[in-house]
Amino acid sequence: MDAAAARCNVLVVGIGGQGVMTAAEALARAALASSLDASKTEVSGMSQRGGIVCSQVRIGHQVMASEIRPGEANLLIALEVAEGLRWSHWLAPGAAAYVNTFRAVPPIVASGAAAYPDDPLGMAARAGVEVRAVDADALARGLGDRRLSNTIMLGAASARLPFAAETLAQTLLERFARDQPMRMLNARAFEAGRALERDAAVANIGSEAAGV
Amino acid sequence: MSPPAEVRVAEPDSRIAREFLSGNEAAARGAWEAGVEVAAAYPGTPSTEILETLTRLPGVYCEWSTNEKVALEVALGASMMGRRAICSMKHVGVNVAADSLMTMGLVGVKAGLVLAVSDDVGFSSSQNEQDSRVWGRFVHLPVLEPCDAAEAYGMARDAFELSERFEVPVLLRLTTRVSHVRRPVSVGSRGAPDPARHGYARDVERWIITPNHVGKRIDLRAARDAALARETLASPWNRIEEGSDRRVGIVVSGAPYPAVREACPDAPVLKLGFSHPLPVALARRFAESVDQLLVVEEVDPLMEAELRAAGVEASGKRVLPLRGELTAPVIEQAVAQLLGTAATGAAAPQPVQVFPRPPTLCAGCPYLGVYFWLGHLKDVIIIGDIGCYTLGCNPPWNAIDAIISMGASLGVAHGMAKASAADMKPKPVLATIGDSTFLHAGMSALANIVYQQANVTVLLLDNRTTAMTGGQDNPGTGHALGGADAPRIDFARLVEALGVRPERVRVVDPYELPTFFKALREEVKADEPSVIVTTRPCVLSPDFERLKPLAVIDDKCNGCARCLDLGCPAIGVTRREQQTRASGAVVELAFVTIDAATCTGCGLCEKACGQHAIVAPAGALGH
Repeated sequence: MDAAAARCNVLVVGIGGQGVMTAAEALARAALASSLDASKTEVSGMSQRGGIVCSQVRIGHQVMASEIRPGEANLLIALEVAEGLRWSHWLAPGAAAYVNTFRAVPPIVASGAAAYPDDPLGMAARAGVEVRAVDADALARGLGDRRLSNTIMLGAASARLPFAAETLAQTLLERFARDQPMRMLNARAFEAGRALERDAAVANIGSEAAGV
Repeated sequence: MSPPAEVRVAEPDSRIAREFLSGNEAAARGAWEAGVEVAAAYPGTPSTEILETLTRLPGVYCEWSTNEKVALEVALGASMMGRRAICSMKHVGVNVAADSLMTMGLVGVKAGLVLAVSDDVGFSSSQNEQDSRVWGRFVHLPVLEPCDAAEAYGMARDAFELSERFEVPVLLRLTTRVSHVRRPVSVGSRGAPDPARHGYARDVERWIITPNHVGKRIDLRAARDAALARETLASPWNRIEEGSDRRVGIVVSGAPYPAVREACPDAPVLKLGFSHPLPVALARRFAESVDQLLVVEEVDPLMEAELRAAGVEASGKRVLPLRGELTAPVIEQAVAQLLGTAATGAAAPQPVQVFPRPPTLCAGCPYLGVYFWLGHLKDVIIIGDIGCYTLGCNPPWNAIDAIISMGASLGVAHGMAKASAADMKPKPVLATIGDSTFLHAGMSALANIVYQQANVTVLLLDNRTTAMTGGQDNPGTGHALGGADAPRIDFARLVEALGVRPERVRVVDPYELPTFFKALREEVKADEPSVIVTTRPCVLSPDFERLKPLAVIDDKCNGCARCLDLGCPAIGVTRREQQTRASGAVVELAFVTIDAATCTGCGLCEKACGQHAIVAPAGALGH
């Protein structure tokens, strides 16, 4: 793989307590397992209290600075829909955002001091981002556990990574070595995420073909 | 370009594994391999994981001490006993430890002692952005500045030998972007602690720092400074990297190094890891090989000033910001300014405006009940402190007037109460302080409040953990590090022992809104020192008991929004309406719902609701 193909700047975003850092770490570890270099960074601080969390993963043959520059992210994985919009301008032109449509409405909105956007996905799309909306929470509940939503998101985004999706799946499943039922569920969740993307790809090809 | 991170580790003893470590984990790993036997710390972002990592490694006595000064003294005692010791803290912790640290600069250490300090550059969770390298100058300590996890590992491992050879504490200075960035690190195995080091030798002329011993120690310190200055010139942690573009040469220490390499891949770089004493001769030689010099350092212009003082022309803060992280775009900008060219790279794209998401108290947090009432109190002054309850300064509570530093709430409140005591109508003064912060730096201030009889109402918010930093144990939790049972401080008895009259010590349940408010009102009215101890544990602690979620009966909710004054993240708004009262006044109504997945069933909103519209599940189902 040449250096350009190996390079991938991934932003994983969400709110404190959602598992942003764990998801980001899985991406970085999977890159390392694929003989690539990787770094992972975030400023977490007080964000565990429901604040904004943005974890940055840089992947490549050789990573220097750990921070991704705004406008240079190749992939955005958002675990909450408004957070997907918040960070969308960090994407490079033509890069994709995988956004969980789950909405976490904070007290500042509940109290009326701020407004939650009606259509964050539409706003991101209008800003030029290729948006992949994933109703990961509904899928996760369908599989039997709401906590599976992050695994679904990673599965959906896995086709955009410079290493095999199977390596990411293995890295994720290592965490459940002692919990076979959870391991099985996460394996199914990851595949469910991947299947979404395959279906979307088929749909896209279909619509283009119809256009021709 | 420099080699990959793992190659930069200076000659590891044996490469047995490559791990993906944060800088804090790597520093702990390096110290462990060096045979560290005692580790003491007080938690604080971004340093906390250093001790947390050491607790998972065998052969090290670890403790969360009551504050940073105590932690440093514990490490010194271990060193005097011939055991390698590490003490870790965040930057502001050194202010607390400074009294003993200054003496340690004079008396030195016996077995290797490393003070690992992590500076919150960018102040993501601190009251300032102070540069801990200043302590190296002030206390005459060698300073090691890793640029990433691999260097944090290598430097922590090497620092103990350096410490022993010069009989001096070594300051391992980390910053957020080193402490929290994960990078691959090749690690080795633990070197067995050297029994020859073990043991205590009485040496009163050294360890008793009375005036008659000080002069000799100052002379020895001066000799040590000179020897360290020679050492730093030859250190493998300092190196010149040649570059083809000699228009600007960059002197860099610590975290910004990878950003420098990314921003200026062709520039010559003087990379300093052992940055104090500054290797001036090396810098002078480097300066002669380039047209001009840019010093890249976080945060203060220390090396820059020292280079200028030595007659080496250098730019730094003239073109670099005075605060925050020095990232690649920032460095590109500075270099472009020096060269008189436009910065390369496109302008940063503009963000979409999205609502802010300030950190909140958790659903069911016992502090919600406390701040609900504090937010409703009129004409009082409330001095806050450092912990989750700092968030009480935010909406909807807006219930804090000042926050200064660890434990400062009591002293400041005391001063305000004393200063206004003779006023016609002095405002009641309250102080809020958590259990760990009270034990850290609040007790002596309460003794003063009692001794001087200041009319202060202290809310001692005991949630049985050091919550903000991730739930570390402290003497109020009943558990030692690792979970073993430990004696638990009885806060009511403690404050009585400090002299608060038993009638003025109230132990209350913050979930019981009416009784809590009654106690609060009575103690604010009382004309003497009083303490209210709240009793409920942090919702993230093992002691917390989660109950079934509550629900809103839509027909009963009248939209009064009083429950929203709690600031609980589990309460959401379903619709808003404006209503015109008979008086003509227009009121905003907000009808609410409760997120069952978030709600802990604490019952605070049930008690806040005047309409009985919020009920426990049994009631909601009509059982």
